[in-house]
Amino acid sequence: MSRSYIPHWMHWLGSPPNFYRFAGALRPWLLAAAIVAAVIGLYGGLVLAPPDYQQGDAYRIIFIHVPSAWMSLAIYVGMAIAGLIALVWRVKLAEVIAMESAPLGAAFTLITLVTGSLWGKPMWGTWWTWDARLTSELVLFFLYLGVIGLYHAFEDRRRGARAAALLALVGVVNLPIVHYSVQWWNTLHQGNTVDWMDLGKSSIAPAMLWPLLVMALATHLYYFASILGRARTGLLSLEGGKQWVRELVGAPSR
Amino acid sequence: MTHWLAMGGYAKYVWPAYAVFFSVLAWDWLAPALKRRRVTRALRGRIAREQSRKPRTTSAEASA
Repeated sequence: MSRSYIPHWMHWLGSPPNFYRFAGALRPWLLAAAIVAAVIGLYGGLVLAPPDYQQGDAYRIIFIHVPSAWMSLAIYVGMAIAGLIALVWRVKLAEVIAMESAPLGAAFTLITLVTGSLWGKPMWGTWWTWDARLTSELVLFFLYLGVIGLYHAFEDRRRGARAAALLALVGVVNLPIVHYSVQWWNTLHQGNTVDWMDLGKSSIAPAMLWPLLVMALATHLYYFASILGRARTGLLSLEGGKQWVRELVGAPSR
Repeated sequence: MTHWLAMGGYAKYVWPAYAVFFSVLAWDWLAPALKRRRVTRALRGRIAREQSRKPRTTSAEASA
């Protein structure tokens, strides 16, 4: 099997000890950048942005709800791509990244569902309704839980990872349903806030839009910091018998 | 400040939402760190056991 079309740096990074060191060096910077972005974004969203003319201050949940919802979808895409690489090329790092994406994606999906509920109660008068957007996001949450469950159901963790990666790939059909649900069906949930084709057409004032985008940046940075850390831990436990891990943990200073 | 904290009467929805956001992400950050410590400790134990087994001449060593 020829892999010559894969760039050299990918080969280098695909090797667990190299990835472990690289991720360890990058992670603190990503977390620091995420915190800085979150402080700026939340100051803009909670202090500088004016109240909404219809929703008052309740709309301020948007600055965490919408970025978390975007992450719930983006992490699924990342998990599916890593899962595909794991299935086709059996790259160990891809297996680890796919499996470690699931709890992180589930975390953001849970945040989306709970903050949405806390926003729905004062605006719609109900914590929950079986509308297309809410239901498909709940399905997304169960897909993440399914991937986690299937992974842990196997004695052989690498086989479990490949089985769960297959489930993750099948679940991709749910992603367009979540995204377009507010257009395809009459939903109680409001339409998409940001028009990515033309930001100026977005149904949100600029004073509210920029904190939202900065928060989206913050959650993306957090995602990269978290997945690198999770993958490091995953590699450590999967490669426990290898020489590089023994040298790493065997050394008295961590 | 109290005016800001009141969130125009929506404080009981806005602040719990932010609390959920930060606590779930704090869990996400801490859970792998704790797992890493667990894995590292288990590996150290395994290595120590293997090394104590190797020098068979000193059989006095307890098989911990």
